[in-house]
Amino acid sequence: MTGTRAVEQWTVAPLERFVTEAGARLTLLMTPAGQVLAQHGFARAVDVMSAAALGAAIVSSTGELARMLAERDFTALNHQGVKHGIFLSGFESPRGRLLALVVYGPDSSVGLVSLFFEELVRDLVATCPPPAPKKPVLAADFERELNESLASLFGR
Amino acid sequence: MTAGKFQRALENITRVRGVRGAMLVAGEDGLIVAESLMEGVKGKAVAALAASLANRFRRVAEASATGYLQFLHLQAFEGVILTVPADSGVLVVALAEPKVNVGLVRLEMLRAAEALAG
Repeated sequence: MTGTRAVEQWTVAPLERFVTEAGARLTLLMTPAGQVLAQHGFARAVDVMSAAALGAAIVSSTGELARMLAERDFTALNHQGVKHGIFLSGFESPRGRLLALVVYGPDSSVGLVSLFFEELVRDLVATCPPPAPKKPVLAADFERELNESLASLFGR
Repeated sequence: MTAGKFQRALENITRVRGVRGAMLVAGEDGLIVAESLMEGVKGKAVAALAASLANRFRRVAEASATGYLQFLHLQAFEGVILTVPADSGVLVVALAEPKVNVGLVRLEMLRAAEALAG
């Protein structure tokens, strides 16, 4: 297990508070495309990438199911296991739609996680800076930014 | 047990003078099963936190070999929180004024817990 690491530093304080109060073991903040903004608890890059891709895919699938049922997007999904629970939810922020994937153990509950998740969303929306102006994507910048993001998330 | 029975169990608790509200909470999840609360009480938050508290105290009771948790009484300056775990895994939670007759509320909560098990 590791502490909180983020590509977007404004997410760190709200995320650390959430993890402490909700008793979350693992948490990922990401975009609907699976791009990670911050993580807590993951030790390996491959786990973060897999969890982000799977979480984003689940939200995309349930969103499509919602559309088939003429529903708005589902707000949260909870999967209760024997030892762990998974809470997956999306929310709107000044940076657009974001997703959170939370894994909690028997020392927490879906009630606690969803309670403090509401606070996390409020905190993130309050601290989120306005989006940066869009720049053209260059191959050299892409690799450098990717490396910087990985270094931020895993301290490498 | 039907939703009507849940509500009747809660009504018997909230009928006691000084009780501000009562809830049935899923002990594992911290989610509300049924509630009868006064306006202004944050039911969702109380349910999640009371379940968390009960789970921790249950572990304290186990670790200290004091046996099965029967009754939790949290006294604060402006009110009390009372919790009774039912056999079904549901928690009976009551919120009351500081000077409420705790014995009477406890009796009604134990009756509600028995009704839930039956």
